[in-house]
Amino acid sequence: MGINWFKYSSPQAFHPLAGKMVPWFSVAAGLLIIIGLYIGFFVAPTDFQQGDSYRIIFVHVPAAWMSMFLYVIMAAWAGVGLGLNARPSFMMAQAIAPTGAMFTFLALLTGAMWGKPTWGAWWVWDARLTSELILLFQYIGIILLRAAIDDLRRADRASAVLALVGVVNVPIIYFSVKWWNTLHQGASVSMTESKMATPMVAAMLIMMLGFWMYSFAVTLTRMRCVILDRERQPMWGNQTSIQEVAEAR
Amino acid sequence: MQWGSVSEFFAMGGYGLYVWVSFGVTALCMFGEALAVWRRHAAAVAESRDGSLGG
Repeated sequence: MGINWFKYSSPQAFHPLAGKMVPWFSVAAGLLIIIGLYIGFFVAPTDFQQGDSYRIIFVHVPAAWMSMFLYVIMAAWAGVGLGLNARPSFMMAQAIAPTGAMFTFLALLTGAMWGKPTWGAWWVWDARLTSELILLFQYIGIILLRAAIDDLRRADRASAVLALVGVVNVPIIYFSVKWWNTLHQGASVSMTESKMATPMVAAMLIMMLGFWMYSFAVTLTRMRCVILDRERQPMWGNQTSIQEVAEAR
Repeated sequence: MQWGSVSEFFAMGGYGLYVWVSFGVTALCMFGEALAVWRRHAAAVAESRDGSLGG
């Protein structure tokens, strides 16, 4: 069953397709991040309350958003993988996890860099910060669980279940500033209103778009690595397809 | 633009350390990850080539 499905979904076809998309995403990421940094540092004014420390949000907010977006996308691929027994879906989930973990780490680090001058503390056990720290542990747990299981199918399924169960933490992170009386400030920007000056919002949103493009480029490239690595596994052994993949680069 | 000089820009109104560590570490992580994944892919392609030539 799984073998047939695999034939039609064809990672061998995906590998060169992803290879064609990655340069575009990389260029878009570079341009957006440069524009975002320019607006963030040279157009956006100094905040009258927080001074220039507020500029940290131009990396903090996009990194924090990516940490949550990527988790949800990873969990969705994990769910599709479990539901359809689709190996490429598990491979997507596998390719996303390290980038999600990195953005979670960056959200926590830049948050500490902002917290120290603003709150006077690098870290507080506040609902928002604690749930984001748990998200980092979830990513690490998913990566380690996969690495600990030799059988690829079992590794796929086990890490997918862990990813799916852990998705409950994402709304907890998002709504933590509403549900609990936290030190972390509430959302500065929502669909309907913004509490920030236009260039500040623009810099933040452009940086976020840049981080999205970056994530596409990096996870697609990692997906290509996963495809090639798995092609070499004996159970996937198929000499012609290995050659095709290598030549279609 | 509100910066009178280059040193004023780097001082970030006294928050330079926090701002530049944030942006610096983010840049390092993102460049590092992109480079690592790119090299990993190049190595995987090279290994598939060797594999198919050898066997």
